[in-house]
Amino acid sequence: MTDHHSDIDPVSGRSTTGHEWDGIKELNTPLPRWWVISFYLTIVWSIGYWIVYPAWPLISSNTTGLFGYSTRADVAVELANLEKIRGAKMVALGAASLADIEKDPALLALARAKGKTVFGDNCAPCHGSGGAGAKGYPNLNDDDWLWGGSLDQIMQTIQFGARSGHAKGHEGQMLAFGKDGVLKPDEIVTAANYVRALSGLPTRKGYDAAKGEKIFTENCVACHGDGGKGNPEMGAPNLTDKIWLYGSDEASLIETISQGRAGVMPAWEGRLDPATIKAMAVYVHSLGGGK
Amino acid sequence: MNRTVNPKELPLDDDNGPLYVAQKKVYPQSISGTFRRIKWGLMAFCLGVYYFLPFVRWNRGLGAPSQAVLIDLPNSRFYFFFIELWPQEVYYFTGLLIVAAVALFLMNSIGGRIWCGYLCPQTVWTDLFYAVERLIEGDRRERMKKDKSSDPMKLERISEIVLKHSIWLLIGWWTGGAWVLYFNDAPTLVRELVTFQAPMIAYIWIGILTATTYVLAGFMREQVCTYMCPWPRIQAALTDEWALNVTYRYDRGEKRTSVKKAAELRALGEHVGDCVDCYQCVAVCPTGIDIRNGPQLECIQCGLCIDACDNVMTKIGRPKRLIGYDNDVNIQRRQEGKAPVYRIVRARTVAYSAIIAAVGGIMIYTLATRSLLDINVLHDRNPVAVRLSDGSIRNAYTVRLLNKSGYDRVIAIDANGPVNATIHVIGIDSVTQDRPMIVVPRDSTSELRVLVTAPVEGNPEKSIPVRFHVTDIGLGEVASATDNFVAP
Ligand code: SF4
Ligand code: SF4
Repeated sequence: MTDHHSDIDPVSGRSTTGHEWDGIKELNTPLPRWWVISFYLTIVWSIGYWIVYPAWPLISSNTTGLFGYSTRADVAVELANLEKIRGAKMVALGAASLADIEKDPALLALARAKGKTVFGDNCAPCHGSGGAGAKGYPNLNDDDWLWGGSLDQIMQTIQFGARSGHAKGHEGQMLAFGKDGVLKPDEIVTAANYVRALSGLPTRKGYDAAKGEKIFTENCVACHGDGGKGNPEMGAPNLTDKIWLYGSDEASLIETISQGRAGVMPAWEGRLDPATIKAMAVYVHSLGGGK
Repeated sequence: MNRTVNPKELPLDDDNGPLYVAQKKVYPQSISGTFRRIKWGLMAFCLGVYYFLPFVRWNRGLGAPSQAVLIDLPNSRFYFFFIELWPQEVYYFTGLLIVAAVALFLMNSIGGRIWCGYLCPQTVWTDLFYAVERLIEGDRRERMKKDKSSDPMKLERISEIVLKHSIWLLIGWWTGGAWVLYFNDAPTLVRELVTFQAPMIAYIWIGILTATTYVLAGFMREQVCTYMCPWPRIQAALTDEWALNVTYRYDRGEKRTSVKKAAELRALGEHVGDCVDCYQCVAVCPTGIDIRNGPQLECIQCGLCIDACDNVMTKIGRPKRLIGYDNDVNIQRRQEGKAPVYRIVRARTVAYSAIIAAVGGIMIYTLATRSLLDINVLHDRNPVAVRLSDGSIRNAYTVRLLNKSGYDRVIAIDANGPVNATIHVIGIDSVTQDRPMIVVPRDSTSELRVLVTAPVEGNPEKSIPVRFHVTDIGLGEVASATDNFVAP
């Protein structure tokens, strides 16, 4: 001990520790005993902690602790519990008909919540996280449906897909009129302009509407129907509305007509369980486009 | 106190001793007087409120809890008499905390550590534990003697100690018991507790509070105030020279003499102090300090030394309040022979009062005008807007309806904004007078997906404000929220 015993603070009459900062000295004030004991107890406690819980890093792993405690195991238990709770609800969802789900607020909320997460995991890569789609990938929020927008039709499309190779999947594609030599280039340009005119878009100067109508009647009506109103049976889009999957400008249309289009919607049957597919159908229907 | 002390007058620390100091046991003497009466009164009030409030009933109608004060954690509700708060309204607690903190500041600037001396749970329970101790083991002298006694193993003594600790534990247990009652329907929980049907967590909390009450009020006592509590440090920064603190008026007290000697000297016309050095003020002090050494961190300003000294002064026929509530200014003024001045109304007390009034006023106003029907709207981000096949534009919103009342409501929702807009709620086909109708059960919320469609030509430059109205069909109560309608 230094000789700070002799250094007495005149105000309090206590000795100082001998330390001084800018003229301020620290009084030598001992800690209360219980405080010191508490401090030592925390040290003892921490040693117990090292032994009981995983603590020390080893070369390739760590000490596992006496009780084998693991946060991962905890999470697994929590998840299993969650599944148990959800399981009953999902059974109810699987048992209800699509129409009933839409009418029952509780089931609807469950289907939407479940559908939303499953959609994010499986559908978002093509259709976008909110179902907004992109060029070639349908927007699921609008009211235009290639294969029909009723609950049952949506469910069928999700289940079996389109051009998916599944036996029950939708079939039908846009033929490649140019590549296959069915139409000559100038006829394709005329047809493209005719289709633009169908939905009220401006046409190229000097384009022959009569010729366009002739080409359309001979080649396109079979799928797209009279007046180009489309046909959900074949997935043939309505050409008179404002929604264009591959773009409505002349260049895009020329490409569509000459090269053809055949986007694929995979079949989800077998990959997702029936209740989940049902939930997804309800979710997609509730995005706003369902009919 | 800034009086310089001659180091030789004071005992030195024993620096060769251990690095810690043992707790010096304090044996506060019983006392009667004004401040003791105030303390008894406040103790009865505080403990009474704490222990019995959970049993107060409040009729909120069928299905709602009928406990006046209830923190309903599973359902995220807080009930306080006629007030019911939802999680969205936790800002009321923020307001309450602000008011509480500023009230503490205000107390401090007016009368020092009023909180510490009279209202702090540590003070109240310690006081109660002391009362029990005194009742069983006797007053100061007796307790000191018993603790020192070399023969403590007498049956009588053992039974005293056992009785004391049992009562302490009982008080602690009741303290924990009352605590859990604030989180559950009290009569039900009491029945469950005695039949051992209550949830484990209730027993755990009772155990924790029993232990803390027993240890803090039975053993730690003034050590909590001196070493553990931050308030003594903080309050030092909040006080000023006008704050009234328990003060020994040494201009009047010094020089200390015995009663006899004082009388003799007074007869000779000499100045003598009123303090007769009887140490009564020290004997009653629950923190074991001598207030005559000036303001000290340990002093919780309970005023008991005032009572003690007043009794002495009455007995020897001198004016009371040799120790009393006084401010720093007067210590100085009296030494200069000037009359004391007191100032309660000053910038800081006015400011604190104003803050309390303002925050309290806002809280009361919002509580009084709080609506039981509410609506929150969130615009869809992805996509923000959709073009439909006929060229019109549709926006989607997540709308949350809150029915805070005790009855189910039939609510109509409509949207005002773009020209000719139509509204559709997913899952709702029945539309009355162009408005979808939704039933929102009592005391709950409903989340809806709402689509607003409008025949907007081309791409409008700006977004159009859209206002959602919800109307309770039965009562006509309305609520609304505004969002925007945008083009793709
Ligand atoms: S000095 Fe007086 S006011 Fe302060 S704690 Fe002791 S008895 Fe209470
Ligand atoms: S009780 Fe009063 S008279 Fe007695 S020692 Fe304390 S201050 Fe002096």
